[in-house]
Amino acid sequence: MEQAPPDPERQLQPAPLEPLGSPDAGLGAAVGKEAEGAGEESSGVDTMTHNNFWLKKIEISVSEAEKRTGRNAMNMQETYTAYLIETRSVEHTDGQSVLTDSLWRRYSEFELLRSYLLVYYPHIVVPPLPEKRAEFVWHKLSADNMDPDFVERRRIGLENFLLRIASHPILCRDKIFYLFLTQEGNWKETVNETGFQLKADSRLKALNATFRVKNPDKRFTDLKHYSDELQSVISHLLRVRARVADRLYGVYKVHGNYGRVFSEWSAIEKEMGDGLQSAGHHMDVYASSIDDILEDEEHYADQLKEYLFYAEALRAVCRKHELMQYDLEMAAQDLASKKQQCEELVTGTVRTFSLKGMTTKLFGQETPEQREARIKVLEEQINEGEQQLKSKNLEGREFVKNAWADIERFKEQKNRDLKEALISYAVMQISMCKKSLTLSPRLECNGMISAHYNLRLPCSSNSTSSSRVAGITGVCHHA
Amino acid sequence: MGTLGGAGLAAAVAAGRARTLGMEGERRASQAPSSGLPAGGADGESPGGGAPFPGSSGSSAVLQAEVLDLDEDEDDLEVFSKDASLMDMNSFSPMMPTSPLSMINQIKFEDESDLKDLFITVDEPESHVTTIETFITYRIITKTSRGEFDSSEFEVRRRYQDFLWLKGKLEEAHPTLIIPPLPEKFIVKGMVERFNDDFIETRRKALHKFLNRIADHPTLTFNEDFKIFLTAQAWELSSHKKQGPGLLSRMGQTVRAVASSMRGVKNRPEEFMEMNNFIELFSQKINLIDKISQRIYKEEREYFDEMKEYGPIHILWSASEEDLVDTLKDVASCIDRCCKATEKRMSGLSEALLPVVHEYVLYSEMLMGVMKRRDQIQAELDSKVEALTYKKADTDLLPEEIGKLEDKVECANNALKADWERWKQNMQNDIKLAFTDMAEENIHYYEQCLATWESFLTSQTNLHLEEASEDKP
Repeated sequence: MEQAPPDPERQLQPAPLEPLGSPDAGLGAAVGKEAEGAGEESSGVDTMTHNNFWLKKIEISVSEAEKRTGRNAMNMQETYTAYLIETRSVEHTDGQSVLTDSLWRRYSEFELLRSYLLVYYPHIVVPPLPEKRAEFVWHKLSADNMDPDFVERRRIGLENFLLRIASHPILCRDKIFYLFLTQEGNWKETVNETGFQLKADSRLKALNATFRVKNPDKRFTDLKHYSDELQSVISHLLRVRARVADRLYGVYKVHGNYGRVFSEWSAIEKEMGDGLQSAGHHMDVYASSIDDILEDEEHYADQLKEYLFYAEALRAVCRKHELMQYDLEMAAQDLASKKQQCEELVTGTVRTFSLKGMTTKLFGQETPEQREARIKVLEEQINEGEQQLKSKNLEGREFVKNAWADIERFKEQKNRDLKEALISYAVMQISMCKKSLTLSPRLECNGMISAHYNLRLPCSSNSTSSSRVAGITGVCHHA
Repeated sequence: MGTLGGAGLAAAVAAGRARTLGMEGERRASQAPSSGLPAGGADGESPGGGAPFPGSSGSSAVLQAEVLDLDEDEDDLEVFSKDASLMDMNSFSPMMPTSPLSMINQIKFEDESDLKDLFITVDEPESHVTTIETFITYRIITKTSRGEFDSSEFEVRRRYQDFLWLKGKLEEAHPTLIIPPLPEKFIVKGMVERFNDDFIETRRKALHKFLNRIADHPTLTFNEDFKIFLTAQAWELSSHKKQGPGLLSRMGQTVRAVASSMRGVKNRPEEFMEMNNFIELFSQKINLIDKISQRIYKEEREYFDEMKEYGPIHILWSASEEDLVDTLKDVASCIDRCCKATEKRMSGLSEALLPVVHEYVLYSEMLMGVMKRRDQIQAELDSKVEALTYKKADTDLLPEEIGKLEDKVECANNALKADWERWKQNMQNDIKLAFTDMAEENIHYYEQCLATWESFLTSQTNLHLEEASEDKP
């Protein structure tokens, strides 16, 4: 059973015209071009490359999963699951789809793709992958990665991941993504050749920036708080849901025990025999109905989990902003201090403590030539610094603009998706109630009463009183 | 056929009234005193739990009016008035109660051929503290129109020990009748304090059942000790108790009984063999069912506990989501409503199913005892016959003794047979009723949850349509 993302996502729409043209390596125009990996956050250049538009619609699906064994990096036998990715193009005119590509990928390759996207699109809220290990399990659910149910849910999650990327106006044009879908061999090497790992910001740097930054954009600070809250509330909800599922499972399954006892009992009971048999049967059916019900609920849980992981993606964008902002602040600070140094040298006044000042005091003044040389160096540095500051500033502002645009997009997507998920939860509850209701009335109408009373009691109140009278009087004193 | 004349009217009214009481949680079915009909129809049931009648006369009109007045619950009133109209006009109005449950009950009291003339309630547990001990007494109110009772209304207080005494006396007087079971002395598992409220309430209900079952039993209801139990003042009762066969003689009886039972039963008649098998199997099954039912209750309780936490999380979430506030709050309220429905379902289970099943667990133990006693009586006869055959003891008196014993055995067997049929009927009906109740509770539960979620869904779709139309320029 597939978790169905809203239809538009299934098909790649032509990307809307965007003034903030990140210079993506257009897929159409990618032929022969080296994959730049469209990472540079801003260029003032407006690259509305018309070649990038998809004229055809594309369907992507992760249709199968297969267990495989192979040798891993340490040359040891390992078992893993591979997933079949199929790409179809749908012709405009007749809506027929033609299989254009199909290849197998494993989970680690998906992870690689995502890491790459994170580095090259730090201003984008990059869709998350389905969980690596099963969490929030209730007791019957297996936490084993090889468990078929888990694999099936992961397959759906991976398909969802690809569809989200494919429907993102910017990410869909990335060449590496395109190659992921089309180039079976050597894709890993191609990705690594982009050198994206080197471009990644170090965790330490990011952490440092988070603590030290003085003036981050307030919207990002708020966003960070929001994502923390989102993560905590969804985790809580998933935990309780798992416990509720556990208990519900217990209630249904214990009813099943009645089934066996009733059938054994019906063997000795002459008059009640039929009733007991039928009741027992219904108990069994009731007890087994819970399995499907809870399977459906797992899909709901998966929908929530996606947004749980999205919280982390949001935080990544915030972190990047903080890093850039911190960088900017540091650069500004550096520039300011250099300017001051220069000024001091020029004017000869020493206002701040500096090592140079000390050594000058200790070892005597430096020669005018030396001073001139130093001033010159400083002035060059200041110039450079000013240039850098300007470009950093520009970068920062571009980043904020682009990131915020994507965040707005994300917010709308999230509201739509979560609302849909909640509604689907209600639909699930309704179907569970209906299912259980179809089982119960028969329990009382058929089995328990009729055998002895020889009377089919109507489950609705339609029959006329007189027929009921006939039924009743016909039954009295049935010894 | 249910006689719907005046006499039958009173009984039916009474039974109907009892039934409405029953709707509040007690559905005990025991057969009305029907002296001539041991297997009186499949449906010869009048719901137990006799209602105290303020007036003592048997006039149907008075009864009817007063019963109607007493009814507070709208639903009960409605159902009851339908029943009354049934009785009155001897025709059936189209406004029949739709629940199959009420239909069963109608079937039952229409079949009443005899007046139920003894109504007992057990209520108002009170704690008494003396220097030696603390104990609970229960108030027992008896209303009757029987001639052999001095008055028409009695109120006494009894404690558990007194019930035990009564049971012992009944067993003595009628060794092969199926005496209703008493609730256990105490439940070992999970009992911290002997007198916690739930325990007392459960016991009270069971004691109420106990007395009513005796009252409904064709033979036991006329037992003298029973009458004394219901009517005597405390001091009268204790002096009466002391009058019984002394401790030593009772012990003697027990010794004889044990001795004879040790000889084993060689010639248990075929029908009693069957009975024994049934009892053994029944005992197995009912114990299992008891365990399962307790377990279901436990699981439902734990489910309820978890659900209580589930709704509020959505409220918490709505605090950080501007656009989803309403949806989340609605979901939370739906969950809370389903939670309440679960609670109702649980309480239905604990009031309708669990006590019934448990009573029959005790009954099954009781039945084994009855079989034993029957076997003992027979064994006594057999041993005398043996003595005669082998000329072991003084043979002059033996034939006379044997004659008496043969009579005794025949009496005992017949009594048991008759009572057995009656008990089986009751058992089948009770168990059926209990499970039907449970099924109905389940149905109500699911119907309620369904309605809750469906209304949520409609409100969401309506909202969506509203928004859509708002967007249109």
